[in-house]
This record gives sequence, structure tokens and C-alpha cells, in this order.
Amino acid sequence: MKHVYEEESKYAASAKDFRKNVTRDLGNEELRANFRGAMDYLMDKRKSAFSSADELEVLREQCKLIKQRCLAKLPHLLEQLEDKLEHNGIKVHWAETVTEANEIIAQLIAEKKAKTVVKGKSMVSEETALNDYLEARDVECLESDMGEYIVQLAKQHPSHIIMPAIHQNKQQVAQLFADNIDGFEYSTDVDTLIQQGRTILRDKFCQADVGISGVNFAVAETGTLCLVENEGNGRMCTTIPDLHIAITGIEKVVEHLADVPPLLSLLTRSATGQAISTYFNMISSPRKQGEKDGPKEVHLVLLDNGRSQAFADEELRQTLQCIRCGACMNHCPVYTRIGGHAYGTVYPGPIGKIISPHMLGLDATTNLPTASTLCGACGEVCPVKIPIPKILLRLREESVKPNSEQPQVMQGQGAGRSAVEAIIWKIWAQVHKSPTLYALSMWCLTRCRFLMPKKLAGWTSVRTAPKLAATTLHQQIKAKQAKQGRG
Amino acid sequence: MQPVNTQHLRNYPKKPTQVYLFGTCIVDSFFPDSGMDAIELFEREGIEVIYPQGQSCCGQPAYNSGYKEEAKAVAMAQVKQFPLDIPVVVISGSCGGMMRHHYLDLLSDDPAINNFCQRVFEFTEFLVHVLRLKPIDQGEKERVALHTSCAARREMGVHITGNKLISQLANVDLVLHDYESECCGFGGTFAVKHADISAAMVADKSKHLVASDVVRYVSADHGCMMNINGALDYQKESLRGEHIASYLLNRIKGQSKAQSKGQSAKEAL
Repeated sequence: MKHVYEEESKYAASAKDFRKNVTRDLGNEELRANFRGAMDYLMDKRKSAFSSADELEVLREQCKLIKQRCLAKLPHLLEQLEDKLEHNGIKVHWAETVTEANEIIAQLIAEKKAKTVVKGKSMVSEETALNDYLEARDVECLESDMGEYIVQLAKQHPSHIIMPAIHQNKQQVAQLFADNIDGFEYSTDVDTLIQQGRTILRDKFCQADVGISGVNFAVAETGTLCLVENEGNGRMCTTIPDLHIAITGIEKVVEHLADVPPLLSLLTRSATGQAISTYFNMISSPRKQGEKDGPKEVHLVLLDNGRSQAFADEELRQTLQCIRCGACMNHCPVYTRIGGHAYGTVYPGPIGKIISPHMLGLDATTNLPTASTLCGACGEVCPVKIPIPKILLRLREESVKPNSEQPQVMQGQGAGRSAVEAIIWKIWAQVHKSPTLYALSMWCLTRCRFLMPKKLAGWTSVRTAPKLAATTLHQQIKAKQAKQGRG
Repeated sequence: MQPVNTQHLRNYPKKPTQVYLFGTCIVDSFFPDSGMDAIELFEREGIEVIYPQGQSCCGQPAYNSGYKEEAKAVAMAQVKQFPLDIPVVVISGSCGGMMRHHYLDLLSDDPAINNFCQRVFEFTEFLVHVLRLKPIDQGEKERVALHTSCAARREMGVHITGNKLISQLANVDLVLHDYESECCGFGGTFAVKHADISAAMVADKSKHLVASDVVRYVSADHGCMMNINGALDYQKESLRGEHIASYLLNRIKGQSKAQSKGQSAKEAL
């Protein structure tokens, strides 16, 4: 199988540190309170956005079918999208890896001898660590989404895909501003904080040479790039600078313009409980002759970064249905406890657990699919009905398969396999498929119950050990039947 | 949002004269009394319970760990134990979900598997929708909480049947605890593989149950209860959970668990 992963990916390294990260963040009470409070708020918002369970169900089914149809035709739709965009004057670039994407973008910027970039929110550009890449080449990148701006100022990564700075409370943001912004007087008033950010960003929008944004839906039929946002910064980034570069994953393509309204409605309601976002941008061409504003050039970079590996398998392909609303993480009891940074990946939470193995390989992400109770809260709220728990099970299976087994579906197959564990499950299966062996083992266990350890790794750090019964249910029923003379 | 009525979700049979009981490996080895209580409850309703001695485990531990072949071998062995065309009642939502839904995938090469899966019922689902049990409450007045396992809630869709059974008990005040629908953090091997995350989750679940100021909590899943009761015991809290089969039986008979079994709630982890 072709290796598409960059050896040096910083996310591969931080994802491998999952356990360390979890210990660090579980111990941070302020962080945990921030996440609990924010997730409670977001869950309430979503709940209030769907007054009727029936309407929600109908819409989810509809949107699932839209995404599945578009994925079924993905190669064709991508070609159609390219044709339409080029026809509209938008140049399309294909990037298989994150490095290729960064090279394309750096090249476009270099051609214009540009030095400053303003960015609208884009998780795909987080995937490519674009800011680091450009800054190493003397290009200044400024995040213009308020949450992203905070995260950038704090030299952190987004901890949530739609609320990048959700791990910080207003006191922390006030302190951050006071430490980093000249003339800012410490205030925890949210409006003051936002106004401060806006003032700085306003100047930057006017000065920047390049605007970089993400894409929520790329419409193949019309060659339209749709951008959902609340702050107006996305519109500023995509209209003021002369050069607009959009970057997105290949799975964002939809077939028809008519596919967008239901997806948009479900996206904003699932994400923040909004009936519609404050801004919805539809970008269909660069500035035309006679027009007074808009970028002179528009480019779209379409990134694969492991997505085609997911696409190739029918079950795993469902991962690509995601419209990045974040509802799965808002409702995830694990995410709520450990927060977004512990995952070490660009995409945290349940969706992160199922998409990151394609981006970073199962070897870097071995701990992610197992870090779930399979409670199903994510699958229950997913607006496009991705069976996340089912996919987690599949990834666990790929992770413990012998790495020699063919065909190989996942990069890093077998990374989670331990010879000892494999033998334990073999023995377990032998015992549990044979009534005789099972009865014998239970007979031994109940008689040796006094030998059962009081300490069980992990379990007894916060719990007492369960006690084996003196007689099993099998034995009690047998005894009862013997007594009744039916034995 | 209105809770979804689960009655229409499947074609529930008429009250049978015989049922199979799937006891689950956890009940078999740790909590056999709950299994015996479930049997007594059925017998009081005039139903004969067949408990195949060849049964062991539904296969879920291996299945959830990614060992599909091992899970399949064990699952196939279970299906063989339940040949008669009568309901298979499972006293755990989690094992029930495994046998009703995941067997369809796991054993898809067995042409009879669909018939088997159609016969699988979670315990409270069966009491409400098939037996239409109307328990006559003889117990003292008390406040209880209900913990529904995630599998019962989301895979079996039976989160309201446990609620319905408890709500029918005249002297019982069913108290909704905070974050009622949130997972307790058990998740099988998750509790060991990611012990610290699991610990954080069960700490919250036990805290919310204690804060609800109830004399006990009731659940239809011993997996969750092993986790929550273990944590409560470790914290030296007196609150304990009880399997809904035992609880219903004791309410009907007007006995508390401690009286009926001669064992303290503390022992019955």
C-alpha cells in the first residue's frame, strides 16, 4: 500500500501521546469545568433547535442520503466540480498530501510576492499545519475567526472543530489579551474582548495580500463554493484581498445546489442550535469586469490526505459523510472529560477517532478507537447518521488484525495487536464456545473465588473489585430443577 | 423532544407459555441472584423458563475488542442453544443489543440468524410489551433512581420500558438524576484500557446518583452496576444499585432486598 503519510507530522507524534495527554488534561480542573459547561450549553442549544423529533429524523435521513449519493459519485463529481469552477474562473489544484497542499499554497503566495495572509476558519488548513509552513517562509498568517485568533495568540491548536477556543474561559482570554495586546486593559466583559479582537482584525483585513478560507460545500453542478460562518470574517477574507485561496477536503463536494439547503439547515442547528448562520457565502467566481470588489484571483485546493483510503471501503466511506458540525463531540462523554487537545489530532472527539486513522495511520492512532465506551451518543446525534460506534468497532478490528493479513484496508493495520492479547482471546473463545469447558472453568472459578485478587489493574484505582458468586446461575438453576425433580 | 414510543418498533408476539432465558456471563458468575429473580418473576406470570445449560457469553467482549472471529465462534455456539421458536429474553440491554443487532452482521452467513435475532428481547422490553406486566406494589414508600445502560437506550431503544415499569409501582417515587442519559464509563475493556477516563466518568455518574437522594438505584444491566456499585463502595457511599428483576420481584412480594436474600446491599455489588 502506498504511504501517503508524512513522517514528520506533528499530529502523528501528539496522537501517539494520547495517554499522556489524557492524564495531563483530566487533572486540570479548570479545563474540565470549561468543557463541561460549554458542552452542556451546546447540547441545550441543539435540543432547542429541533422542536420535533419526527422532523429531525426526516431531515437526518434526507441528509444522509444526499451525502451517500454524492460519495457514491465522488470521482465523477470532483471532475464536474473542477470543470465548472474552471469555467467560472476559479483555478483548481489537487493535493494528495498535506505537503503538496502547502507547497501549492506557498507557490501561489510567492508568485504574488505576498507577505501577509488573513485566514477564515479552516480545519483543513489545520490538517496541513499551514500557518507553521507559511511562517517558516516569512509569510505572516493571521487567524481572523475570533476563536482561532485566541488560539493563535495562545500558540495552541483548536480544541473543537467549530469552537476552537472553547477550552478557555473568559478570564483566561482576558489574561491572554492583557499579556499580548499593547494597551489592552484587563477586562472579562465578553463584548469588550470581542471588540478588542475586531479592532485589530479590521486593520489586518484591509492590509492583507491574501485571504485563505475553508469550504463547507462545493457544488459540482454550478461550481459554487459555500462558506458558513457567524462573524463576517469569512466574507472579509474572501472579498478584500486580491488573492483568495480556498482549501478543502475532497469529500465536501455535493452534486446539486438543491442539496445545500437541507445540509445547511442541519449543520447550523446541530452545531450551535442556530436556525441559520449569520453569514452564508456562495463564491462562484473572481471579480468580474466592471465589479468594484472581490478578489482578482480565486483558487481551490482539494486535499486527499487519506480520505481516498476511507473512500475505498464501503463501510469506512461513511466517515466521509461528515459535515463537521461538532455535535458528536458536544455529546461525547469522553470528549467532555478529556477535552479536545488530549486527542493530539486535528479533529478531536468521535469524528476525530474515525477520521484521524486515515490521515495519520493506525500506528499513530492506536489508542483512539479503543477510547470509547461505545455508548452511542455520537451516532444518535450525527446529522448525517454516520454509524460512529460501528466504525469504531471496525477500526478496532483493523487494529488487531495480523499486519500480514490481506487485503490491507488501513495504513497501520495490526498496530494495536498484542500477541498475548490475541492468545487470551483464542483461549477465551475455546472456553466460551464449549459448554463442557465453560462449565468446568466456572466450577474451578467459583471454588477458587477466594484467590481472586483484591486489586485489579485500572479497575480498583477507583472501585472495589467485584466478588465472584459462590454458585453460578447455571449451578443454581440445576440445583433448583433437581429439587423440583426435573433435573 | 417527546420520548419515542417503542411499542411500534417491532412486532411483539402474544404472551407465550415458555421463554428462553439468556443469563449473560456477568450474571452467571457475579450476580446469579438477579437471574433467579427474573425466573421467579416469569414463573409468577405463569411462564415456564427454559435455561439452556450450554449457554455462556454473547461474545461481546471479543467483538468489542476487534476479535471478530473469536466472537463469531462464541456467538454461533450460543445460537445453537436456543433452537425452539420461542422468545429469548436477555437480562441485559448490552448483551441484548449484541444478540439482536450485531449477530445479524457477525453471523450473516447463517440463513437462520434473522429468525434468531427476531426472537431476542431485552428483559424490560419483554415485561412491558409482551407480558404487559402490571406490577402490584407491596413495598414501602421510597425514592429510587433508574440508570439505563447506553445499549438499552440506543441499541435496543428500550429506555422508556424500565421507566414505565418503575413508574407503575404505586409507592415508588422515580427520581431523575442529573445527566441521566450519560454513560457510566463502563464500556467493558474500556474500563481497564482507559482506566483514567472511565474513572472520571464513573465518578460523575456516582456523584449524580448520590446527589439525587434516593435509597437505591435500579438498572437492567449488571455491567454498569458492577462499575457504579464498585465506585460507590470504594467511596464508602451506602447507595447501591439493584437489578430491575430483583427490584420488581421484591416490590411485588413486599420485601426489601436485604430481607429477602439475607444479604446486605453492600455485599451485593
